Amino acid sequence: MSDEYNQKNTPLEAQSSETMTDISGTTSKDIDYVRPAELPEQDLYHGHSFITKWVFCQDAKVIGVQYFLTAVFTGIVGLVLSWLMRLQLGYPDLVPFITAEHYYQFVTMHGMIMVVYFLTALFLGGFGNYLIPLMVGARDMVFPYVNMVSFWMFFIAVCVLMASFFVPGGPTGAGWTLYPPQAILPGTPGSNMGIILMLASLSLFVIGFTMGGLNYIITILQARTRGMTLMRMPLTIWGIFTATALAMLAFPALLVSCIMMTLDKMLETSFFMPAIIQAGEVLDYGGGSPVLFQHLFWFFGHPEVYIVALPAFGIVSDLISVHARKNIFGYRMMVWAIVGIGGLSFFVWAHHMYVSGMNPWFGFFFATTTLIIAVPTALKVYNWIITLFRANIRMNTVMLFCLGFIVTFVNGGITGIFLGNVAVDIPLSDTYFVIAHFHMVMGVAPLMVIMGAVYHWFPLVTGRMLSEKLGKWHFWFTFLGAYSIYFPMHYLGFIGVPRRYFEMYDSPYVASATGMNEFITVAALIVGFAQFIFIYNIVTSLSIGKPAGKNPWKANSLEWLTPEVPPAHGNWGEKLPVIHRWPYDFNVPGAKEDYITQTTPPSEVMSAEVEKT
Amino acid sequence: MSDNSLNNLPGGFKGMSHDMGSDQTAFKGAQWGKVMMWIFLLSDTFIFSCFLISYMKGRTSTVVDWPNTSEVFSLHVGGVPVPLLLIAIMTFVLITSSGTMALAVKYGYERNRKMCGWLILATAIGGLTFVGMQVFEWSKLIHEGVRPWENPFGAKQFGSFFFMITGFHGTHVSIGVIFLFIYARKVFRGDFDNAKRGFFTTMKSDYVAIEILGLYWHFVDLVWVFIFAFFYLW
Repeated sequence: MSDEYNQKNTPLEAQSSETMTDISGTTSKDIDYVRPAELPEQDLYHGHSFITKWVFCQDAKVIGVQYFLTAVFTGIVGLVLSWLMRLQLGYPDLVPFITAEHYYQFVTMHGMIMVVYFLTALFLGGFGNYLIPLMVGARDMVFPYVNMVSFWMFFIAVCVLMASFFVPGGPTGAGWTLYPPQAILPGTPGSNMGIILMLASLSLFVIGFTMGGLNYIITILQARTRGMTLMRMPLTIWGIFTATALAMLAFPALLVSCIMMTLDKMLETSFFMPAIIQAGEVLDYGGGSPVLFQHLFWFFGHPEVYIVALPAFGIVSDLISVHARKNIFGYRMMVWAIVGIGGLSFFVWAHHMYVSGMNPWFGFFFATTTLIIAVPTALKVYNWIITLFRANIRMNTVMLFCLGFIVTFVNGGITGIFLGNVAVDIPLSDTYFVIAHFHMVMGVAPLMVIMGAVYHWFPLVTGRMLSEKLGKWHFWFTFLGAYSIYFPMHYLGFIGVPRRYFEMYDSPYVASATGMNEFITVAALIVGFAQFIFIYNIVTSLSIGKPAGKNPWKANSLEWLTPEVPPAHGNWGEKLPVIHRWPYDFNVPGAKEDYITQTTPPSEVMSAEVEKT
Repeated sequence: MSDNSLNNLPGGFKGMSHDMGSDQTAFKGAQWGKVMMWIFLLSDTFIFSCFLISYMKGRTSTVVDWPNTSEVFSLHVGGVPVPLLLIAIMTFVLITSSGTMALAVKYGYERNRKMCGWLILATAIGGLTFVGMQVFEWSKLIHEGVRPWENPFGAKQFGSFFFMITGFHGTHVSIGVIFLFIYARKVFRGDFDNAKRGFFTTMKSDYVAIEILGLYWHFVDLVWVFIFAFFYLW
């Protein structure tokens, strides 16, 4: 407990410049006032051995990198699976071992890996762990031990998932949505051990994530540094915070559906199983409701989309602001849009179920709420564009990826408006149009942000810059390639090519779809290989990259202002930083430099016309 | 964290917006662990809500009739079936244990080591009694032929939902009981008075841990009230 804290007798006041206007013009000491520390110094565990420093480490930064690498590993597995799928679709029967059963298994594992084990873990586990304590000015997460256990739970979940590739029958082939009854009945690939391991792995993931999520939320709410009000946090933190809050409320539905399906599989309960006749034989199941599973799954599944998207929104806002050298347009609007999208995302889940046979009025309600989400989302897009308008844009790799994000996100968002309407969705559902839509909006768009974020924060994590030249090659291959893959899929969807089909057989649209499928496959292979440019860039830059020095991007936010770069354990050395402003004071009229860091006290920039935050 | 610094805070809605607009902490004076438990319980609430809503959906859409719960759950006392007898005792025991837990928290903050320890032990024994009676109820139903996959009295979903939800709740109670025993030992040993460092976490012990455990225990009791209402009274 700091001495300052005990002695204080001033009332607890939010120290923002709004309350300061009355006293501005008096001595600089008053202007720079930030109320004293409320919290005692955090008690940290310092690892000494290799194992406690790098393996079972309690430092959020190391945990973040561990999460990142594990998630990237699963992502590469997912990428290889998508290649195999594309090979079959573009050149049927070219690879003999891709049978229909294997194809379904690849589809399932690709979807589940990419959505849950790759994107969710990467954004919240990876970026969340690394950036939250640094950006809010904490020494570490509030519960470092729990944080460590969180990562190892995730690691076990990944191991269990990967183990399902090697069990008899292979992984489940039920589609990533795992709809019963087919997910657990013979005839579906992996309906024995595969599905059980999948459900077990998901449950472990939820448990591990809950531990991490509690850390993220409480670090943001309760462990900010002096002067860091909620409305001075970078939008990255707002995005991660809201996404974590969604995850804490959405994953329970996934856990419950996993438990119930495991019981249906292992104890032959009939939660989701109606009466079924299989090969002329009446099964023991009966009386359950498959639609119940869909409701539970999508009550998780839709917020899950925003669990992936919101951190991307937040991160891209910061990247755009830094590299356009301009404050983010409508910061508060952006915050409330993130929170609003998060809240609304709990009321739209049944738009995934228009063709499930639920009550049509239900679809009417959910179409309405779905389209309402377009309002805060469009607002964010406008704000990004207005931020770029007449800005001092640096056309580097990071900015290219941000622009790529905006384009792909708008594209995916507009097709989302198509699919949100029941009448339009019914002919388009289960076609390649849907594949194109969600890969654009929650596949490519967040990936663009991830890649931009890696180029942006790599100097912070390693102290070296990534190669710009390779970065630009990587960007153009990825961006143009991703468009070559997903743009034609819209057309495939319009002509009615169904998703999840192993082969098109002799369908009437085969002739027009064949060439396009081949084109998409070639593009997918190229884009996949282009990612190895990225990996090569990362690996070589670790040793030969240009030394970054402190704050290479001239950013304002706290993570660049640590005494040591890369930041050491405990982040801040002797004294915690004190915050005087938001992180977006770029190109302020009257200021000497084009940026004013968050820790710069007002007395040092007296002549600058800064925003009141 | 000294309490007098928090006396000047404005109250009501103004206070709420003040706290949210201030720096450092959003919930003034609340320890990290306490906020963590509240948010965890919110998440857990969603788990139980999903279970109970699934149960409502399952129960209202079965093709076979739901068994008459006042018969299925009744105990025979002297040959006369008494509905709700066992469950009334179970509920009473669990709610009482909530009372002893609240007292344990009070004595903990008063640094009354002995009273605090004994009350935690009493709470643990209450929880153990509850779990024991649940085992009795389960074995009675299993003896009568109810299984997760079948039910001689009617819809098979009765057995599935009953065993799953009471089992999930019973797991919560059992975990709580284990922690109560561990904490009773810690209290008697004086860990909280000496701020002894935790075995796993290496963080200093504090009596607030008792309150955090108490929050969990009250939550488990509250959930039971809902399970009780939906399974036994519906």
